[in-house]
Amino acid sequence: MFGKLTWDAIPFDQPIPLAAGGLVIVVIIAVLAWITLKGWIPYLWNEWITSVDHKRIGIMYTLLAMVMLLRGFVDALMMRSQQALAFHSGGYLPPEHYDQIFSAHGTLMIFFVAMPFVIGLMNLVMPLQLGIRDVAFPTLNSVSLWLTATGALLVNISLLVGEFARTGWLPFPPLSELKYSPGVGVDYYLWSLQISGVGTLLTGVNFVTTVLKMHAPGMTYMRMPMFCWTTLASSLLIVAAFPVLTATLAMLLLDRYLGFHFFTNEAGGNIMMFMNLIWVWGHPEVYILILPAFGIFSEVVSTFSSKPLFGYRSMVLATMAICILAFMVWLHHFFTMGAGADVNAIFGIASMIIAVPTGVKIFSWLFTMYGGRIVFASPMLWSIGFMVTFAIGGMTGVLLAVPPADFVLHNSLFLVAHFHNVIIGGVLFGAFAGYNYWFPKAFGFRLHDGLGKVAFWCWFIGFYTAFMPLYVVGLMGMTRRMQHYDVPEWHPWLLVAGVGALIVLAGIIVQVAQLAVSIRHREELRDTTGDPWNGSTLEWATSSPPPPFNFAVLPRLTGDEGFRGVKERARQQASLIDASAYTDIELPRNSATGFICAFFATIMGFSLIWYIWWLVIVAAIGAYATFVVFAWRDRTEEVIPAAEVARIARGAVS
Amino acid sequence: MSGAEATVGMHGVAAHAAEQVISKRIVVGYGFWIFLLSDIVMFSAFFATYAVLMNATAGGPGGRELFDLDNTAIETACLLLSSFTCGLASLGAQAHRGSLFYTAMAATFVLGLAFIGLEAHEFAGFVARGAGPTRSAFLSAFFSLVGCHGLHVSAGLLWLLTMMAQVFAKGYRPDILRRMLCFSLFWHALDIIWVALFSVVYLMGAAT
Amino acid sequence: MSHSEDVSEVAPGYTPPHDTDPTEGLSSYLIGLGLAVLLTAVSFFIARTTLVWQPSIPVALAVLAVAQMGVHLVFFLHITTGPDNTNNVLALAFGVLIVLLILTGSLWIIAHLNHNMMPMDQIMRMQ
Repeated sequence: MFGKLTWDAIPFDQPIPLAAGGLVIVVIIAVLAWITLKGWIPYLWNEWITSVDHKRIGIMYTLLAMVMLLRGFVDALMMRSQQALAFHSGGYLPPEHYDQIFSAHGTLMIFFVAMPFVIGLMNLVMPLQLGIRDVAFPTLNSVSLWLTATGALLVNISLLVGEFARTGWLPFPPLSELKYSPGVGVDYYLWSLQISGVGTLLTGVNFVTTVLKMHAPGMTYMRMPMFCWTTLASSLLIVAAFPVLTATLAMLLLDRYLGFHFFTNEAGGNIMMFMNLIWVWGHPEVYILILPAFGIFSEVVSTFSSKPLFGYRSMVLATMAICILAFMVWLHHFFTMGAGADVNAIFGIASMIIAVPTGVKIFSWLFTMYGGRIVFASPMLWSIGFMVTFAIGGMTGVLLAVPPADFVLHNSLFLVAHFHNVIIGGVLFGAFAGYNYWFPKAFGFRLHDGLGKVAFWCWFIGFYTAFMPLYVVGLMGMTRRMQHYDVPEWHPWLLVAGVGALIVLAGIIVQVAQLAVSIRHREELRDTTGDPWNGSTLEWATSSPPPPFNFAVLPRLTGDEGFRGVKERARQQASLIDASAYTDIELPRNSATGFICAFFATIMGFSLIWYIWWLVIVAAIGAYATFVVFAWRDRTEEVIPAAEVARIARGAVS
Repeated sequence: MSGAEATVGMHGVAAHAAEQVISKRIVVGYGFWIFLLSDIVMFSAFFATYAVLMNATAGGPGGRELFDLDNTAIETACLLLSSFTCGLASLGAQAHRGSLFYTAMAATFVLGLAFIGLEAHEFAGFVARGAGPTRSAFLSAFFSLVGCHGLHVSAGLLWLLTMMAQVFAKGYRPDILRRMLCFSLFWHALDIIWVALFSVVYLMGAAT
Repeated sequence: MSHSEDVSEVAPGYTPPHDTDPTEGLSSYLIGLGLAVLLTAVSFFIARTTLVWQPSIPVALAVLAVAQMGVHLVFFLHITTGPDNTNNVLALAFGVLIVLLILTGSLWIIAHLNHNMMPMDQIMRMQ
């Protein structure tokens, strides 16, 4: 009746997950109770959960990312403290538990922190920058959000019901096959990613269509903001790469569930084909993450240097070059697996070539700053911190791209330091820059900048303290994912790394404080003009927060506006309008489709994991029925009458 | 690519009409096209796996022993004809000609169903001969590649019936016609994938 | 000045109807069907015949398959090289590039790996 699910699934004998899971449940119940008692459920349902507005969806994505960052960071603290303590000792985390922690850490950080963060920012900002009312497929956007949340939910459920995978953030066979991982852990991982993968793919389709087919009249491709170009490149990569992930995980699922032999040791399976395919996805994935961050930096550096971006055309070319090259380097993740010198050489050279367009971008940002009037607000600090940190990370990447060097360093802590260097220094710093930069647009008031700067310095110093020792210890030969060790030379470095993690923790605490303080003082921090930073792109031409329809009058450009001209022109058009010239605006209606689909997807995923077959069928029928009900709607849009548009537009300060 | 704008000097002549937006057909069609390309990439991952595992028969039967090319030929004919009738159905939908639309859709359904039936029969036959997907890596790859295509065709048949029901219930509304456009893109793409499938898997497999 | 039927681009798979007579578009489908049937028949013939030099069969089949895919694209999906189809063709080209990279890359890499790796049954016997 309940498949493999029994009361034994709850870790009564493991204090740490039990306590953590119990605490989370208490917090969730408390929050739900507070919301219910305050009577906010109808508001949340109507305005947020069923919203198909890209701005609301973007905010929810970002919120998901930040909450998951906390969970993933707790995992990181546990790992660092374990390694600081486990010299000639078993530490405090048994191996079975430690393995789940580093697997959950990587999975959460990549799929449920980094991806939602950049997708959230792209969702919030890109349609505003293009001067349009919403993305191409708003309801699909909502479906994507809720499917991603489903994936995150499933990973977190594994903390209290069952276990998580012990195979790392990419489940290499044969360890991940049923024979060697008979528990539910790998299944939690696989179904969580399959479901959220669908959501991400749909986002990719959505964004490609939006950027290529819907922009304000007069905004040609070569006048789009840089952030929209990077959104396009990143989304093209999503469309091209995520199907491979879906296929590969499906093959592993077929092996585990139906006894297929794709990657087994017996009957002719080929484990290297998994490695090959997963990295065909895995390498473009990191570019999916970093390209939007590059776009954010282009916007921020330009705004806070009070100068147009240097070398726009070469930036566009560099972006599209990175997009294509991202698909030609994947073997560098398994140089050591025996493909031979010819293959390794080609991919090694390609991996070095891909650093060139990135270099072009770094120089462009530097030249943008040169001769500009720099304002050192916290988004700019994150950007400068990025330039230094990412340059180092990129250099170690090029070092690893040399196959003979990689033979020494593959899977050592040098590698771990490298990818954290680029992901934290690149993606996360970019996400934080974007968060601080666009927060006033989203909510109507700025974040407290002083606390923002403190948070930046904690993160910056903490990052270097935590990860530079890992480079050293990697060069000394320490392998990744070690639960304990007995080499005395490594110990002091790992202690320092542990301290670094604590400094980052301080940074996170300050960021939470920044948010709380900003909310409390929101009137002093209020953004009354819609343009707190004197930006140059269209999102600054509308109020903060923008009305549901973004622009009362869609901006119409001639194409020869200069820097800031685009924003000024749009503001002019909005303010010169006489009242009777507003038109009715059609907006897509809210829809519960996304949420309900995700509800059934969660049940389906959970029951697949625990082999509860009848429930799988019920949930599948439910999901299909939701779809049909959605397709049967007659009223898909609601009209905001012109008078109402005028009232909102006049009421909002332009 | 256009949006409605109220320029200075226009004093409410058509002011309260709903604004014109970018043609939805272009947006929806293009979006679905991109989605189809992603689907084709997914198939290519299964194809690559098949190509790599083609000879990993683990002592069991290979393509030469198993494939019945006459069956494949009939399947191909069914699917190709169904693509043609789907085209006719599109023409019928665009022209709002119910007789053409419903007949062509029904024909497409029957042909698609025949394809699935033949394929299911083929799979069952293999399993009965001890050549099921758990026998060897080659067979795992074969069943999943061809089976994935079959699943897509089955989903397409469900979609087909839904389209017929929608036209019946709501007529030739613009959004329903857009969905018909997406459906026909989907159905033709499945035939394109089948071309690759029968050429690489069946014909090359039987010939080696 | 707004128009929802922008003639500078066209949705993939769609041709604007000349009038409400469906026979206008019919010719495209008929030609496509005819060509596809022809190419299919030739493929099946080549696979089974001994008249052709055997090693060339896979290449011939591949060429015929590509040709038939082209027939489908042009006659059923109405993808053309006209300026109104540029976005559609570019997207298709991108997709084809990715597919080729995945197929050729995987085959090349795995061939090398297999060459260098001890056969699986030997490894298993070592346990």
